[in-house]
Amino acid sequence: MENTINTNNDKYILELKNVSVAYTPEKKAVEDVCANIRENTVTAIMGPSGCGKSTLLRAINRLHDLYPEIQTTGEILLKGEDIFKMNPMKVRRLAGMVFQRPNPFPTMSIYDNVLAGYKLNNIKLSKSDRDEVVENSLRSVALWDEVKDSISKKGTFLSGGQQQRLCIARAIALKPEVLLMDEPTSALDPISTNRIEDLILELKEHYTIVIVTHNMSQAARISDNSMFMYLGHLVEYDTTKQMFTKPKDKRTEDYLTGVFG
Amino acid sequence: MKDKIFKAILFAASALILLLTAGVVYALVSQSISAFSAFGFFNFISSTEWDSVNDSYGALPFITGTLITSLLALFFCIPFSLSIALFNGEYFRGTRMSSIVSAVVDLLAGIPSIVYGLWGFYVLRPILIDMGFSAQGFGVLLAAIILAIMIIPYASSLSTEFISMVPNELKEGAYSLGATKLEVIRTVSLPVSISGITAAYVLALGRALGETMAVTMLIGNTNNIPMAISDTGNTMASIIANQFGEADGLKLSSLMAIGLLLFLITATINFVAKYIMKIVNK
Amino acid sequence: MKKTIFSSSKYRQYKSKLFFYAVCAFSGITMIPLFLIIWELLKKGYKQLNLSLFTEVSPTSMDAMLAKISNEPIPGGILNGITGTLLILAISIILAIPVGICTGIYLAENPKGAFSKLIRSLSDLLQGIPSIVVGIIVYAWVVKPMYSYSALAGGISLAIMMLPMIIRSTEESLKMLPASLKEAGLALGGSYSSVVLRILLPSAFSGLFTGSLLAISRVMGETAPLLVTVLGASVVNWDITHPTSAISLLIWEFYNDPNLAPLVWTSSLLLLFLVLGINIFAKRISKKWKIQ
Repeated sequence: MENTINTNNDKYILELKNVSVAYTPEKKAVEDVCANIRENTVTAIMGPSGCGKSTLLRAINRLHDLYPEIQTTGEILLKGEDIFKMNPMKVRRLAGMVFQRPNPFPTMSIYDNVLAGYKLNNIKLSKSDRDEVVENSLRSVALWDEVKDSISKKGTFLSGGQQQRLCIARAIALKPEVLLMDEPTSALDPISTNRIEDLILELKEHYTIVIVTHNMSQAARISDNSMFMYLGHLVEYDTTKQMFTKPKDKRTEDYLTGVFG
Repeated sequence: MKDKIFKAILFAASALILLLTAGVVYALVSQSISAFSAFGFFNFISSTEWDSVNDSYGALPFITGTLITSLLALFFCIPFSLSIALFNGEYFRGTRMSSIVSAVVDLLAGIPSIVYGLWGFYVLRPILIDMGFSAQGFGVLLAAIILAIMIIPYASSLSTEFISMVPNELKEGAYSLGATKLEVIRTVSLPVSISGITAAYVLALGRALGETMAVTMLIGNTNNIPMAISDTGNTMASIIANQFGEADGLKLSSLMAIGLLLFLITATINFVAKYIMKIVNK
Repeated sequence: MKKTIFSSSKYRQYKSKLFFYAVCAFSGITMIPLFLIIWELLKKGYKQLNLSLFTEVSPTSMDAMLAKISNEPIPGGILNGITGTLLILAISIILAIPVGICTGIYLAENPKGAFSKLIRSLSDLLQGIPSIVVGIIVYAWVVKPMYSYSALAGGISLAIMMLPMIIRSTEESLKMLPASLKEAGLALGGSYSSVVLRILLPSAFSGLFTGSLLAISRVMGETAPLLVTVLGASVVNWDITHPTSAISLLIWEFYNDPNLAPLVWTSSLLLLFLVLGINIFAKRISKKWKIQ
């Protein structure tokens, strides 16, 4: 199956070619995934738990490098360049990541948390540049007005929803090409979830977003395109509208209608 | 590049631990070789002689002295440390009361050995004399009592952990059949956690075997095999502490050999405890 | 029939209650020595607790005897012991903490490798070595080749005793951090070393700090290894290659010299106060930081 959505001739920012991830040689968590993703879209990856959706997302950030036992094969092109041939640190700078649970760095202030990417990469900024990056990043996640007076407090003092927005600000402060989100709202209350979803729609203007979610209605609300994964395979990849109205595969239909999941 | 150097430093530090252990074994073995070759290994550990004039040394009195005092201390410590473990892990688990008790017991572990020795010498020894145990009060009994106090914290803190790990469902099962608290402890809590508690006592025994200052101050420092608990004697640690300063030649080597034996005994004991705990955790 | 069941259950209840009281009584008795010891040291030690304790070196047996005869308090203090303890502790901290923290990081980062398992059990082995045995090992390593007892030798022996505790607390506090913290750092493009040094270590700092303080308090009162490595000195010494005194060594000297015996209580009081003080401080701090 050709998992490409050919709506126009835009360049793809992210191209996955035969991506497989194996925890052990026998057990593949992700198998032969091919998909292309266009710039400035939101792509949702759905599927029952254990289907490999998070594993696939983490492969794009090369987080699997941390665990020597995990084998990733295939090609992932980011703006036409194979990420497995790039320096992993550069890959991670270009592909921002937001995790399931908000995880601001506990020893750093809100201000320093936003700048953490610069510090970790030893990028020196002038004071005015730093202030600008912090303010812009926090404004884009609609957190600036809430925290500008307590900017030197520890990030862990914020509420869960605020913390997660801080983590998004931390990721976009580095101006990544794509923003990867691994179930970013699964640990949050409905109101915070709502705000993050609104935020994702706003961020779409500047970033390409790939979001893993187990929540079908969330995928329906925010994504342009959707992938459905099952047992490590990419079963279906289509516009979200198409998938939710006329799924091509029986398994997708079963999942969307709640037969399993 | 920077990462490689960093990882190399971490590895080097760990390798240093390996080197350190090798150095420990090497130092003990190389220093005690002349004693073992002069007397023979088995003769050395079975001889009761400790004679500076004839330069003839054997370790048996100190091995027995060590074992007797430590085992006696372990015996004394059991009712107290088990009570603390039940108090903190069963009756008052997670309450303010138990945090106070465990804080006090923790502080007992912090008191330096030499302060225990002083207290034993000036406070406990006169009591033993008044009770008529011995004329001087020194000896195995006095040393074992102080040792028992010293190892209670080690035995009880680990036992508490294992007792409080017993799942509530198991206990509730027994309660639902009409068992009293004591019966639940006897039929569920203790049997389930017994291997862990055993490991805790084995570790505490290891502590007692190597304890030096307090024992040196209280055991009486005579080079005989103690035959009764009121007898004086010496432990392996106390003979080293006592005689190391003025020793040289064969005597120094004999003390080093005793150090090696003590090292081997405590290492074995600790290994056994770790082994029991490994089984428990599986 | 009914009645016997009833009475037997009553008897069982009674037995259970009795056991409970026994447990409480034994637990209570266990705590008594702590207070008795502190009381004894306070009672006998407060008399000599004055400024000269911190400003003067330990008196000779002769001076003490003369003071005793004329019914005056014993002159002198334990300055040489205090400075010696500080010097020896400083050496052991400098030696043990960097190695301990690096090894702890290595073990936390490579939890499953065979080498890690070996290092972990060797660290346990080191922890189990009796303190007097550590002392004679360092005697063979350092004192013998240098032909002199020295503060350095004492520092090395205390460092060996601290090392396993620091390794353990580093490894444990790093392991308690959520894995996503490291991943988040790396996901921002940070290098491995900068993520460990700027995110993981600072986040684990409270555990590391508490662990190191507890290790220091544990070795601070050690006497046996110092007896065979630093020997003791009657003057203030800052040269790490020379024999040095320590508070615990002075206690041992005072204990062995009847003329100096009154000082034994004051110096023990000070040592106990320092050791327990650091101990309580360390636990307080870890509790406070944990809440944040």
